[in-house]
Amino acid sequence: MHLDILNHGYRPGTKLMFALVRLFSGQPLPDAAKLTFYRSDFYGNPAKEFTHEALRGPSDWSVGDRELMAAYVSKLNQSAFCVGAHTATASLAYQDGERVAAILDDLESAAIDEPLRATLRMLGKLIRNGRVDADDLREVLAAGVSPQQVKDALAVCAAFNTTSRLADAFGFELLTPKGYEAGAKYLLKRGYR
Amino acid sequence: MLEDDTKRAAHRALVDRILTGDGRAAAEQRARAFNDESLVPPVSTLISKITRTPVRVSEADLAVTGCTEDEVFELVICAAVGHSTRLYEAGLAALAEAVSEEAPGHAS
Repeated sequence: MHLDILNHGYRPGTKLMFALVRLFSGQPLPDAAKLTFYRSDFYGNPAKEFTHEALRGPSDWSVGDRELMAAYVSKLNQSAFCVGAHTATASLAYQDGERVAAILDDLESAAIDEPLRATLRMLGKLIRNGRVDADDLREVLAAGVSPQQVKDALAVCAAFNTTSRLADAFGFELLTPKGYEAGAKYLLKRGYR
Repeated sequence: MLEDDTKRAAHRALVDRILTGDGRAAAEQRARAFNDESLVPPVSTLISKITRTPVRVSEADLAVTGCTEDEVFELVICAAVGHSTRLYEAGLAALAEAVSEEAPGHAS
């Protein structure tokens, strides 16, 4: 990562844990996870709580739907690390990587339920323009999305707009396909806490 | 009126922590980074990149004269969370308006 403190500024016990993860999993701990251990009381702990709540808390969206939203937001922010991580996680959750790739490639032509398409379209406008208006939200509601589902999608957007910007600001190292796959399995099993 | 939820509450806790809890950067500076306003170079240059073109942030951009790495760490996080907070609130406000106008008895 770009800051030396994020590469070397961890306590001895944390460094040992990083080494054990590498030893037993065969993969280095991803920088997204390492970041949350640096002065974890400042950012890591509350950020993990919020991200877990948004991605794994109660919602009428499936885990796969929310991981897809995370990948979509990351794609709009051109965050290669987060696109890789959440494309892998959504693909594993849906057990359908081709579908995820098609949606990320072209939202409008992909085979996708209309409520999810309308929601991703609204998130795209929010990311690109920094704002949406009531008419945009009426279109989402008219597609069959409940107000609570909109709120849940906006929480995912907030979580991954933050993470994807931090990934590129701090320079998260990209993973190998095997590393993304291992990360996806972990995130589906354990979540973000 | 939309009710608050646990996701929103967890987000508020994150924002409260980074803005009002202990930090190496002054709370006033963290608030300026969060709001992306009233900053002066070179911090303003870095924060603008976080909120507008994060993919172009380089190691050199993070070497901010007069700031320690811990201060830069905090200011970058405040900028990213602040930008996300504005998006979150814009979406929720638009939703509240849309729901309010759909509610029975709404006088348009």
